[in-house]
Amino acid sequence: MIELNDVHKSFGKVEVLKGITDSVQKGEVVCIIGPSGSGKSTILRCINGLESYDRGEISVEGLKVDRESPSIVNIRTQVSMVFQRFNLFPHRTVLENVVEGPLYVKKEPRAAAFERGRALLAQVGLAEKADAHPPQLSGGQQQRVAIARALAMQPKAILFDEPTSALDPELVGDVLGVMRKLADDGMTMVVVTHEMGFARDVADRVLFIDGGVIVEQGPAKALLNQPQHPRTQDFLRRVLHPL
Amino acid sequence: MKGFWHDAVEFFPILMNGVALTIVVTIGSLLLSTVLGLVWAMMRVSGIKALSMLSASLINVIRGIPIIVLLFYLYFVMPDLGVTLSALQAAILGLGIAYSAYQAENFRAGIEAIDKGQIEAAQSIGMGWWLTMRRVVLPQAVRIVLPPYGNVMIMMLKDSSQASTITVAELALQGKLIASSTFKNTSVFTLVALMYLTMSIPLILLVRHFEKRAGKR
Repeated sequence: MIELNDVHKSFGKVEVLKGITDSVQKGEVVCIIGPSGSGKSTILRCINGLESYDRGEISVEGLKVDRESPSIVNIRTQVSMVFQRFNLFPHRTVLENVVEGPLYVKKEPRAAAFERGRALLAQVGLAEKADAHPPQLSGGQQQRVAIARALAMQPKAILFDEPTSALDPELVGDVLGVMRKLADDGMTMVVVTHEMGFARDVADRVLFIDGGVIVEQGPAKALLNQPQHPRTQDFLRRVLHPL
Repeated sequence: MKGFWHDAVEFFPILMNGVALTIVVTIGSLLLSTVLGLVWAMMRVSGIKALSMLSASLINVIRGIPIIVLLFYLYFVMPDLGVTLSALQAAILGLGIAYSAYQAENFRAGIEAIDKGQIEAAQSIGMGWWLTMRRVVLPQAVRIVLPPYGNVMIMMLKDSSQASTITVAELALQGKLIASSTFKNTSVFTLVALMYLTMSIPLILLVRHFEKRAGKR
């Protein structure tokens, strides 16, 4: 469904992606792990055209991702994104955040959009917060609203860019719970994360990225329990046993 | 003091005619400068190099010319080029253009102060440039822009007196005309000053209100 073929990307002189090739199947949950600065987030940002890439090709359901082309809107309405820092619209209510895309991008009828928006808020456990403004919510609540906003576009896949990294530890569970339910419902997900427990339990596949290349990839449990590459072993040792 | 009150009662109605014109010039040029300023600012942040450079040079040219010269140009030179403007039209146009440069820089600062994550979130749900501006950036930028905008309103109210140089009989010119025919300089110009101050005070309070509101979030 999402195809990356030898994708290269530089910021100035620094090459952050050095030939990424992968293929995400429909319904698959893929976690991307790796040290910071390894290019994990850049991969996600290239998939929905928030960032351009220099070489290679990315396509979503056969449609080439080109952020300069009008077709990028097509891709963005099919592939939603959830950000590390939520990026909710602070001047609109929670419900308005959720229906913004359906109303103004997809031009859905108001009543239907609002009804589905409320249903989605109920799904992420925030039905009673519909009329609050995002700054009044906790980080975990905001991120769940952001997930509802992503779902409201009825996307074929959702990209998660370190969705729990900005949260207090005790709020991480709520967000991961919502994500796990999505995965169980068959949503295609690409998740950049440091939550190894989530990756092990929920992901079908894990990619370990370091220095702009996929060092190792494979079924989640196999890769996390018996990493083959020394760099993967070293990374996992340091993440799982920081002391 | 008794003389002042006597003069005040006598000159007040004439000066009120000036006040009316002052308000017309101020509101007219405020609207024009807001619209032009928005256009320049949008061009600046459009991401299209040609538009952005054109707008930057326009702003610099406008900023580099004194208002009074701009007014003279519109009122005395434009007729030579076949465009005759009334004094009032020239005043509104001149002040509007002159202040559009400051408005543009203010609007641009407000737009650029919006977190980049907001724009990315808008893009990620498929919004194009204009929709992102209209639904996400501008509504948030307004809060940031309003306090300095209020200050510009106050400055424009006072600078509308420059229209007197091209014969617009607004408050300052009315005052000058009365003073030179009655020689009651003290009474007249004290009255004129008080009338400007009276008009400024609501605006000053408005700015304070904007500042309080902007500080809330």
